[in-house]
Amino acid sequence: MTNEDLQNIITGLGTDLEFNTEGSEFLNVIVPKEQLHSICSQLKSHPELKFDYAFCITGMDWVPALGVIYHLNSTELKHEIVVKVMVEDRENPTLDSVHDIWQTADFHELEIFDFFGIKFNNHPKLRRIFLTPEWEGFPLRKDYVDEANMIIK
Amino acid sequence: MTDQQAQNKIKTEEYFINMGPQHPAANGVLRLILTIDGEIIKNVEPDLGYIHRSIEKMCERDSYQQIVHLTDRMDYLSSHINNEAVCLTVEKGLEIEVSDRVKVIRTIIDELTRIASHCLWWGVMGMDLGALTTYFYAFRDRELINDIFEETCGARLTMNYNVPGGLMFDIHPNFVKRTKDFITHFKTKIPEYDRLLTGNVIFQKRTKGVGILTKEDAISFGVSGPTARGSGFSSDVRKHHPYSAYDRVNFKEILFTEGDTFARYQVRMMELWESVSIIEQLIDNIPEGETKAATKAVIKLPKGEFYQRVETARGELGVYINSTGNKNPYRVKFRSPGFSNLSVLNHISKDVLIGDLVATMASFDFVIPDIDR
Repeated sequence: MTNEDLQNIITGLGTDLEFNTEGSEFLNVIVPKEQLHSICSQLKSHPELKFDYAFCITGMDWVPALGVIYHLNSTELKHEIVVKVMVEDRENPTLDSVHDIWQTADFHELEIFDFFGIKFNNHPKLRRIFLTPEWEGFPLRKDYVDEANMIIK
Repeated sequence: MTDQQAQNKIKTEEYFINMGPQHPAANGVLRLILTIDGEIIKNVEPDLGYIHRSIEKMCERDSYQQIVHLTDRMDYLSSHINNEAVCLTVEKGLEIEVSDRVKVIRTIIDELTRIASHCLWWGVMGMDLGALTTYFYAFRDRELINDIFEETCGARLTMNYNVPGGLMFDIHPNFVKRTKDFITHFKTKIPEYDRLLTGNVIFQKRTKGVGILTKEDAISFGVSGPTARGSGFSSDVRKHHPYSAYDRVNFKEILFTEGDTFARYQVRMMELWESVSIIEQLIDNIPEGETKAATKAVIKLPKGEFYQRVETARGELGVYINSTGNKNPYRVKFRSPGFSNLSVLNHISKDVLIGDLVATMASFDFVIPDIDR
């Protein structure tokens, strides 16, 4: 299915969706954070979309907003899209978990919580997975400073 | 507690033990917190980060040429393939087309790397299940590949042979002959592996029907590589998104549908034959051409997002680079196969014996730096 066809179907799944293909090989869909879970579950269940394989989930720090990028693939229909979601609040960023849609999100959300501090509602057990529980700050944020361990050029 | 136990007033209690971070059955520092009832596993919670180096943060500081060197410290058994993933992403961003010679050489070394990695896995898998001899057989043959690498790349494990735009230098004059000699030798050795381990009754009883992963779970958990193909999930990046010279060779994607430990074992064993076949198709026809396309000393990717995936010995490695047009990337993400494969371990290890967990883990072929990054 071409990107235009995908865009036509996905437009009907929610409101205020933004589409973008500039500077990327995939069709990018920017989703308001309130609709993330409902759109993701429709992306998986819609008979013409069937995005069942989330092959990459990336945390991002677009200063000032934080966010998550989901690379999705349909193993049956072979098309691919990228879903992006942003959250403005840096003090207490919260998004809905999608682990009940793609179970791989369970671990990837732990990784994003560990490095970006984004909390996920309904996640089964949110915890530090790589760093120690008492670690302060979130290392992959752009404003993270650790003078002892980081070499900054 | 069952009724029988209640009648006999036997009280059972769940408790937890640590498997790792130093454990002979995990080839690396992986700590699993097992909640067990007797010898039955109730929950597996991985605790990671013992070898976490924050490679993604280091990439934001480094230039694109420097990033390549960090990637062979992730999955060190697929180091050449990891290097290639970053180089392909940078080449995609710069819109450089590398020469045919580079593509073919990269593919041959990819497959040699895969054979070396599967050899090590086979040796360790046998060892995990108590068959110590496999380790020595596998290392004898893997050594020959490392010698070929040493002669051409100057290193045996962390090869750094790829650079954005091509290869660091041309192959050694002995490369073709030694690779052919190795292939001739190795073709007599795979049947020996099968005679030694595959048909062994104890081995089969410990692996058949153990750790069953369904195709639906494999897709949902993002499992890839030979682990996914043992469950019938066609996930071979070399087939679905060909890169380098994979579009010009004939090979089969090995698929099994049983989804158990033995199926995953068979996938890797048959992939050895496919790798041998790919090398045979290419080794006599390495085209002439330059080994490195011209690139600027300071590489700046255009503004945008670039994604490239490759098939390492463990599965799908994805490289995501977000560039703002500077000499270093804004964000780099490595989608490592091990991390996603590990996430399914708890799901398929409920209510199994500890010994079966060891067999399942061996068939997943974890490399811990690949998980921790």
